[in-house]
Amino acid sequence: MQDLLYFFQQLINGLTIGSAYALIAIGYTMVYGIIGMINFAHGEIYMIGAYTALITITGLATLGVAWLPLVLIIALICAMIVSSSMGWAVERIAYRPVRGRHRLIPLISAIGMSIFLQNYVHLAQGSRNIGFPALIEGGFQFGSGDAFQTSISYMQITIFVTTLICMTLLSLFISRSRTGRACRAVSQDIGMASLLGIDTNRIIAATFVIGAALAAVAGLLLGMYYGSIDPLFGFIAGLKAFTAAVLGGIGSIPGAMLGGLILGVSESMTSGYLSGEYKDVVSFGLLILILLFKPTGLLGKPEVEKI
Amino acid sequence: MATQNLRHALFCAVVTLVISYPILGLNLEARGTNVVLTGANTTTVISVLLAAVAVFLFQLFRDRIMGTLGKLPPISPFANREPMPQAKWERLKSAFLTLLIIAGLIWPFVASRGAVDLSTLVLIYIMLALGLNVVVGLAGLLDLGYVAFYAVGAYTFALLSQYFGVSFWLALPIGALLAATFGFLLGFPVLRLRGDYLAIVTLGFGEIIRILLNNWTQLTGGPNGIGGIPDPTLFGMEFGRRVREEGNTSFHETFGIAYSSEHKVIFLYLIALVLAVITALVIRRLMRMPVGRAWEALREDEIAARSLGLSRTAVKLSAFTIGAFFAGFAGTVFASKQGFISPESFVFLESAIILAIVVLGGMGSQIGVILAAIAVTILPELAREFSEYRMLIFGAAMVLMMVWRPQGLMPMRRTHIELKKQE
Repeated sequence: MQDLLYFFQQLINGLTIGSAYALIAIGYTMVYGIIGMINFAHGEIYMIGAYTALITITGLATLGVAWLPLVLIIALICAMIVSSSMGWAVERIAYRPVRGRHRLIPLISAIGMSIFLQNYVHLAQGSRNIGFPALIEGGFQFGSGDAFQTSISYMQITIFVTTLICMTLLSLFISRSRTGRACRAVSQDIGMASLLGIDTNRIIAATFVIGAALAAVAGLLLGMYYGSIDPLFGFIAGLKAFTAAVLGGIGSIPGAMLGGLILGVSESMTSGYLSGEYKDVVSFGLLILILLFKPTGLLGKPEVEKI
Repeated sequence: MATQNLRHALFCAVVTLVISYPILGLNLEARGTNVVLTGANTTTVISVLLAAVAVFLFQLFRDRIMGTLGKLPPISPFANREPMPQAKWERLKSAFLTLLIIAGLIWPFVASRGAVDLSTLVLIYIMLALGLNVVVGLAGLLDLGYVAFYAVGAYTFALLSQYFGVSFWLALPIGALLAATFGFLLGFPVLRLRGDYLAIVTLGFGEIIRILLNNWTQLTGGPNGIGGIPDPTLFGMEFGRRVREEGNTSFHETFGIAYSSEHKVIFLYLIALVLAVITALVIRRLMRMPVGRAWEALREDEIAARSLGLSRTAVKLSAFTIGAFFAGFAGTVFASKQGFISPESFVFLESAIILAIVVLGGMGSQIGVILAAIAVTILPELAREFSEYRMLIFGAAMVLMMVWRPQGLMPMRRTHIELKKQE
């Protein structure tokens, strides 16, 4: 019984983190699906989302707005606007001019952008980590007496539910809306899509904007969950999310969700049963193994190289 | 057209404001357990506004500005000149390199102690950048975990000297070979991967090595690192004031000169110089050998190269192993120079700096890479206030280089024959 409760606790922690990873992973997978490049700066966009959310929350507290749902919604909207603008600007400045060149050139450009954004926030906001107020407190407890109790905090529920809502909206958007249809068309065949009158530049920009907005949501949620943020906060999270995207099969949106959950659970199991210090080793090891043995991931389509 | 332009310009200006004002203009400050928001000073706010106005004006008159810029005469007076004949260029290049080496030999005897110490660091970066240049510039394999091999070299020396009392000269080849072995073992499975996946896997590998060094406290001392790494000796002569090891003599006593701590610094510098020259020469030869040609062929067109009978794995693996070997070299020298190493010195940022050197210098070009290594290491030391912005500028420079001049500041020139233009 005791062991089972402990196991459930790790499972819940893993699913919470994993669903947030999935939100970030969407950005990687959509961009990769359309233009075949790794948007290395995506983790930084997530970090900027978290910073904007914290700035908004602090600002609202100074102004005296205290009604929690209002605070959260305003913070969410501000973070999404700033992150999306950032995503748009990054695509415009660093990726569009090098699109279609040799594979490594956009990647190096993206690494440069990532370093630039990290230091931009570092110079503007300082390098120390800043406490993020836990606005949502409390939770449910399972298990009785003085034995180990499994607890699900309201924060974890919020993360899970928000992710679910975002994913549903995204699936609806991709499958039903005109832009979503265009997105799918561009990812299948970019040349054909532009012949059929789709403004491919616009669609690619839209992909970056959507990915960045979802990363901002994750930034707010994980910032609150971890309780502090710093300018390096996006780097590791970005790598983890990329791992999640590859795990699920890069280019596939359901794959990103699945990959995020698997990664989150395996990570929390490692820190629960082995040691917290090695959880990064496990996720990077997982990434390396997947790329070696099944580069298409769990739900991805094999990529055929045409001559 | 005019209204569309205006709308686009307005949109760009608003985006500029949105991405810069909240981050630059509103600062989070921790006061005790609370976080408070403070507005930035007026200069920041005004510069943010000015940036938005500049973006607006540029986007509004973009076509006209670009048109005028296109008509301007090229800034460099050499831009329109005929390329130099091959033989002349080669002669010029070797003369330049010889001059550089001679200057490097005279340098420690005229410069101050701090300057020589810094120059040793520059030489270490030159070795690293030349090694990475083989992997990234010549073979076209983006290795983001290069610093891991550097760490292997440094830790090999530190651990061997701590547990077995191995000297620098023995540890140098061992460290380099061990790093090369690591490169070989890692390269064997991962080199089948496509370019961008390879980059991420090497990044993951670099992080794993760093985390292991950080957490394997019994062996590596964890975050505290390893100290007391011995200095190199010259034929058994030590450079300390007193001899540390039985049977050794000290340098100043043997030659009957007064003890000076500068001897050690200069000696280390000379070792680094010799090793950097060896690195450059070996790689220069390799580039002209069949294996070097194969690296470039595979980078340019993998399918064509394979259909001509090149073994993809063997060629890539050789580049990867050689790159790792020189990183191990550099790592050993670094450990000896610092006398103390910890995982702090081997973070991803270090890989990024070395990559930035290679990219700025021109992928594949040795002279370019050497000059870029000197510039990137010395500039932050010369201007202290600049060092804070160093990484910001590196990041921006990497993006700009990729957009405008992906071949680098001094692109590589390949041996070639040009046909005479027909009249």
